[in-house]
Amino acid sequence: RDFNERCAQCSEVNWGLTDGGRFYCRSCHNVTERTREVVNTDFITNSRVQTISKGSRKQEKNDGGSEWYICEGFQLVLKKQVEALEALGVCPQMKDEILCNFWRCYLQKSKQAYCKRPAGEAVKALSVCESSTDVDSDPERPSLLHLLSLSESEGDLQTDCSFASSVSKVSESTSVYSGSVDGSLYLMKSQKEKLRMTMPMTLSFCYMALLWMREPITLSELLRYVVEGHIPYLNVFQHFPEKMKLCGLDLKIFCVESWPVYEEVFNKMHELAAYLDLPRFPDITESCFLHPDMLCMKYLMEANLPDELHNWTCRVVKKIGIGEVDFLTLVPGNKSTRKVKYDVLAAAVIVVVLKLLFLLDDHYECFSVISFISSQTKVYIFYSGGPYFEFKKWYEVVKHSLDVQQKKLDEERAKYLWRCEKPLFYSVKNKAKVLKRRQMVVNLQNQFGKLSSSVQRAEKPNPSSFQLSWSEKNTDGSCFHRHSLKGILQEKRGLLTTMNPDYWLCTVKLCNEKLCGHLAHYKEVEFPQSYHFVLGLFSFLLQVQPSYIHDEVCMIEHKLFNKKLYKKLKYNTVLRK
Amino acid sequence: MDSFLEEEDEEAPTVVVAGKRRRRSSPAAQALQPPLHLPFLPLQPVSSNEHKLNFRKSKEACLSFIQDALLQKEWKRAAEFLTCYIESLEKDYSREHIGPSEMIWRTGAEILWHHSQSSMKEFNCFMEQMKTLGVKRYLKVCLEHVFHLLCNGQIDEAYQNLSLAESWRFGEQTAIQDKEMKLIQAYRGLLDYYSWSKQKNILLENSEDGFSDSAVEQEMHGYFRKAAVNLKEIIKIPGVWDIFVKCYVDLLEFYGDHNEARQVLNEYAYNSKFPANPNAHVYLYQFLKRQREPKKSLISALKILHDIVPSHELMIDFNTMLQKSKKRKKRRLGLEVIFAALDYAGWKENAKAWSCLSRQVKQIVISEKHLDWIKQEWNSRKDWWPAFHFSRYLAKRNWQENKSLSYEKALVAGILLGKGCKYFKYVSHQGCKAQLKRFRMLKKFVNRHNPVYLRISGPPDSSVQP
Repeated sequence: RDFNERCAQCSEVNWGLTDGGRFYCRSCHNVTERTREVVNTDFITNSRVQTISKGSRKQEKNDGGSEWYICEGFQLVLKKQVEALEALGVCPQMKDEILCNFWRCYLQKSKQAYCKRPAGEAVKALSVCESSTDVDSDPERPSLLHLLSLSESEGDLQTDCSFASSVSKVSESTSVYSGSVDGSLYLMKSQKEKLRMTMPMTLSFCYMALLWMREPITLSELLRYVVEGHIPYLNVFQHFPEKMKLCGLDLKIFCVESWPVYEEVFNKMHELAAYLDLPRFPDITESCFLHPDMLCMKYLMEANLPDELHNWTCRVVKKIGIGEVDFLTLVPGNKSTRKVKYDVLAAAVIVVVLKLLFLLDDHYECFSVISFISSQTKVYIFYSGGPYFEFKKWYEVVKHSLDVQQKKLDEERAKYLWRCEKPLFYSVKNKAKVLKRRQMVVNLQNQFGKLSSSVQRAEKPNPSSFQLSWSEKNTDGSCFHRHSLKGILQEKRGLLTTMNPDYWLCTVKLCNEKLCGHLAHYKEVEFPQSYHFVLGLFSFLLQVQPSYIHDEVCMIEHKLFNKKLYKKLKYNTVLRK
Repeated sequence: MDSFLEEEDEEAPTVVVAGKRRRRSSPAAQALQPPLHLPFLPLQPVSSNEHKLNFRKSKEACLSFIQDALLQKEWKRAAEFLTCYIESLEKDYSREHIGPSEMIWRTGAEILWHHSQSSMKEFNCFMEQMKTLGVKRYLKVCLEHVFHLLCNGQIDEAYQNLSLAESWRFGEQTAIQDKEMKLIQAYRGLLDYYSWSKQKNILLENSEDGFSDSAVEQEMHGYFRKAAVNLKEIIKIPGVWDIFVKCYVDLLEFYGDHNEARQVLNEYAYNSKFPANPNAHVYLYQFLKRQREPKKSLISALKILHDIVPSHELMIDFNTMLQKSKKRKKRRLGLEVIFAALDYAGWKENAKAWSCLSRQVKQIVISEKHLDWIKQEWNSRKDWWPAFHFSRYLAKRNWQENKSLSYEKALVAGILLGKGCKYFKYVSHQGCKAQLKRFRMLKKFVNRHNPVYLRISGPPDSSVQP
């Protein structure tokens, strides 16, 4: 049943089945002489072989490319991405057992394959009979010109006047130029009825599979690996086989010119999970990497905060029940529970703990330790093996490091090369022009590359889940992991409590997330500088906007002070454990 | 998308208004008011999009890094970022005024020009590529290329490039870039003038040695014709054309066409369509002086220059001319001119200017006429000139550096501020100590005329006769 020989042309094992029952290589589209003897109804469980039941495949088009469908393109993208994840050390089962099944399920649900009458053909038939009528008169269907202004490439196409005009000419007939068979139809499908595949959605698929496998990769990390180039995303299409020609509207679909955004990938993943009718995901328990206690440990290390704080984050997590399995585990389609951003949640827990201990009001945190030391005997400074943790010192060390890293990141982003070797053109008409431009760009790049200060950039750095690292071996005292919190704690009835009796809430009233999209609203000027710094630090570590973390901080605070708020104890509440 | 928005916006207000209005206003009042039609809102970006890092933003950031590096003269660093910026060319279909291709041209040229490892060959190669990149600024790029070639002393190459650019034809674009074309032609004319003047020098040398070479002479006249045609053209357009005007006038004068030269210079100086330009008056003055024109016309040329640039170096000439005049009014103007010139820091230590002033002041004091002229000029300066010109520190320095300057200044200070003034006291003391005769004379002179000081600095008084 499984045809596992290597392809004669590209030596890949990646077989598809033509409608004639022959195997063809999905990497290079080489068709073998071997045919399937028996067509089994349950062959779809074989991950290696998939049929594409879209009629007989024309092997050659006049430009030397063969026919291909958009979903095939996405399948290739997903394959590249999951292979990259495997190389990063993700469990190898993910590719064949999880992601592949998700993808097949998606194809079936969206009626693109594994069904009697694929949607593509239906629409195709529809478009044939409609092509005589004026498309624009149909209110349900967006016109093609209209499509051009939407979706991925952010209207850059519009400025290409030659393309826009060529499109407007042909817009009466539905046959807009594209290399794939269904490129134009794909963009016309209304997005409401089904989830249309987009490039950010490929990452939603990856994230969903990672979450299902409970792999120790958070979404923010996944996106960071994408930006750092460890996971193919930008310009993946250059790995498409030679015969899959990409042009016209295909570029709108596969050619991305912006980095994936956390919120978008996150939301699409949940939509997707609901769309596929997936069951409850495997439980996130205390031993899972995504559990707040685990993540807090990681982020405490990365933020150079004392290990002792972990005790406090655990207490907060326990108190408000965000460590519960039911809270953490994703149940697709369940609208009553809030979707958990594991990484942002953990960061927010740390912020809340810092607020509990140090208040972060630009005043208390600077003087707390000093006043304590001066009032107490100075004998116990090296208590429990480590010096007292001083917020001010920590701030200076981390701020310096953060600034350096941020500058490096900004420069790297500015230096990022977006274009790939493979030239892209929207129509054959401007192919010559595009190629000429490309050549000139290469020439100029060579010319100025020679004059650059740095020799051609070194190899990509190895992927790391830490962006900032602090070693205890450094003797310059820049590592705070072992520092003690004794300076700001006091013992009361056998329990350690904070010296600081006060607390301030980020917001008194939460917004309705469903109506306004946010729980709270973050404006830098309205909050203390040190609070902003802490948010900025985690915003850098997670590469998300500070407001995401702020939202989560507000949510945690409200759970934490729920009772107190009801008792109307107002803003300055005292927290006693 | 627009039609969709329209529907939404029209619906939204009616719902809200209906709910509120019904209770308060009568249906009649409602009928009077037309339904509120809200204008279009811009498409609201999703909040996360603001932070979306995309191609354009990345390239914008890259450009600002380039600009920073250029400002710091870090050419290598600038080249590094430019290497990454270049790919924005591939998406440059914009019709913005300054698109990526122009940015690459400007910054790239700057980097290649200053970078230590770059060569003229590379620079030329870059410029040729830039010329093919944008027809809309083809001639501008050509012109800049020529400037760089000239800076590098490659005059023949520059001339070739200018000729090539002149013959450029590109449909409408040639007409649109008419102004640039005129400049190209003018600069070619300038280079022709350069060749002409070289030939002229050869000819002059030869004639000194007793040779005469008709071939060289022919060639020279050829250059003259070519240069004159183009230079004449550009001068007609209002603008600042100092170098072209100078060369053209030189040509005309050489061939004895003084009338044409005078006309050109007059036009350049007095045509109100041209921007105000001090040099235009300087050239005119110099021409008139060469032509030995009467004082009157020289003075009128300089009068305008005085109005535009009171600190111009020709003001010494102007003052000298005016002092010699028999007319009271002109002598009065002379005093004004020299006082005004000395208001500027650039003149502070100019011995000639101070001697002009001291001579005129002395004259007035001795004759005891027109003391009110000094009084009037001094009035607006008496609160700041002492610190500006006559401090003790300056007295010391002037004495050390330039004795005759300190002599002139001390005289002026003694008259204007009296014998008690610091500057005068210091200089005359030093002068007497050094046993210099003229300083002793100076002291005597000032002491004798000390009452003048009281009259000058005192309140306006009726005893002073004009």
